[in-house]
Amino acid sequence: MSWVTKTLSSTLGRKLIMALTGLFLILFLTGHVSGNLLLFKNDGGEAFNIYAKFMTTNPAVKLLSWLTYISIIGHVVYSIILSRKNKSARPIGYSESKASTNSTAASRNMGVLGTVVLLFIVVHMQSFWAQMHWGSIPTVTYGGEEYKDLYSIVNAAFQVEWMVALYVIAMIFLGVHLSHGFASAFQTLGLNHKKYTPAIEGLGKFYCIVVPALFASMPLYIYFTQS
Amino acid sequence: MKLTLKVWRQKNASDNGSFVTYPLDGISKDMSFLEMLDVLNEELSEKGEDPVHFDHDCREGICGMCSLYINGKPHGPQQTTTCQLHMRSFSDGETITIEPWRAKAFPVVKDLVVDRASFDRIIQAGGYVSVNTGGVPDANEIPIPKVIADEAFDAATCIGCGACVAACKNASAMLFTSAKISQLAMLPQGQVERKNRAEKMIAQMDAEGFGACTNTGACAAECPKGISLTNIARMNREYFSAVLSSDNV
Repeated sequence: MSWVTKTLSSTLGRKLIMALTGLFLILFLTGHVSGNLLLFKNDGGEAFNIYAKFMTTNPAVKLLSWLTYISIIGHVVYSIILSRKNKSARPIGYSESKASTNSTAASRNMGVLGTVVLLFIVVHMQSFWAQMHWGSIPTVTYGGEEYKDLYSIVNAAFQVEWMVALYVIAMIFLGVHLSHGFASAFQTLGLNHKKYTPAIEGLGKFYCIVVPALFASMPLYIYFTQS
Repeated sequence: MKLTLKVWRQKNASDNGSFVTYPLDGISKDMSFLEMLDVLNEELSEKGEDPVHFDHDCREGICGMCSLYINGKPHGPQQTTTCQLHMRSFSDGETITIEPWRAKAFPVVKDLVVDRASFDRIIQAGGYVSVNTGGVPDANEIPIPKVIADEAFDAATCIGCGACVAACKNASAMLFTSAKISQLAMLPQGQVERKNRAEKMIAQMDAEGFGACTNTGACAAECPKGISLTNIARMNREYFSAVLSSDNV
């Protein structure tokens, strides 16, 4: 084995992949939530549709999209590899465990939380991403140029109660996942310093509430204001 | 004190093992946990039964030999070693569950005794400095700032008891390994083998079948010596910089 494959197949190398893909997905979420704030603009979806076209056609954005797909797949694949190793490290469990006295529930259940988020991503991408790329979407014209009317798809989807509920619940799971994942990724990278770690932890707590809350507010806003 | 003990009994490594319940009376709250087990074992011996096997040595909290997963926590309810745990931490009439450390890399030898030789093999892989020491050097011949010396010493206080592995949901040995890498990485004597040490000790840690770190912090919360999670971050830095810059292709 070369030193690269040896490193990436060590527990620390695998953790490095988890941390780097996780941090990239955090960057992605930041961009995703910022762009989607256009849904709150009261212009019948014009700004959102122009933004959606940009996001699916711009070459630089396409490169970032591929990095995002790779990060999601890498994060999931390596979490499975690591979880299997972790499970095999304790073949016989304890009859009694007071884990809640020494660690947070989020940190102990990252796999479960992540699985729910992954299931959500599948539904979410099927609902909008796949429609935008391959679905037959009505078009609108702004200033003589034709745009896919993704806004109408989003609008219709969030008139359905169970979709709204799914999105809100999934964002709670995402928030709890991030409440541990954000700071944990920095620790894995070895970035633990008395000057910066409190700030990273603070930012993580802020991020894990604000970003999922903003995401969750979108289906709620559409459900209660649009028809 | 009157107690009910639920103790893991296992004849040998290949036996399946099971819990056996023992009622125990006349225990003083000033006894240490191990003294309480001594009382149980004397009673068992008098009855001609096999005493409960458990590891212990110094009984001063400095050797790292005692273990025991007591009522769902390594070394019991206090953040200390089992030998420094006293019966006043329990209430009269309590049922106390006692299990061995559970990890693939710590196989049960008998009853509550586990084989922690995997820790020794991690140390053998690189947790040393191979410099000729010669005669006793003069004091302050190698200048080491007090803050660095203190931090290295904090890492060096790890007694290798394995509570970190026992507490971790992944049975990970990262707190132990990181303490042993840190104590040498911070001192001038440890520089020569610094990169090789990080690579070899982590390779050995993986080979022993310990799990990965999820940064839950359970290890540090349960460590009787208060070894900090900053050591794990340092180990990660040591490892990543070692693999990127060492001569090991």
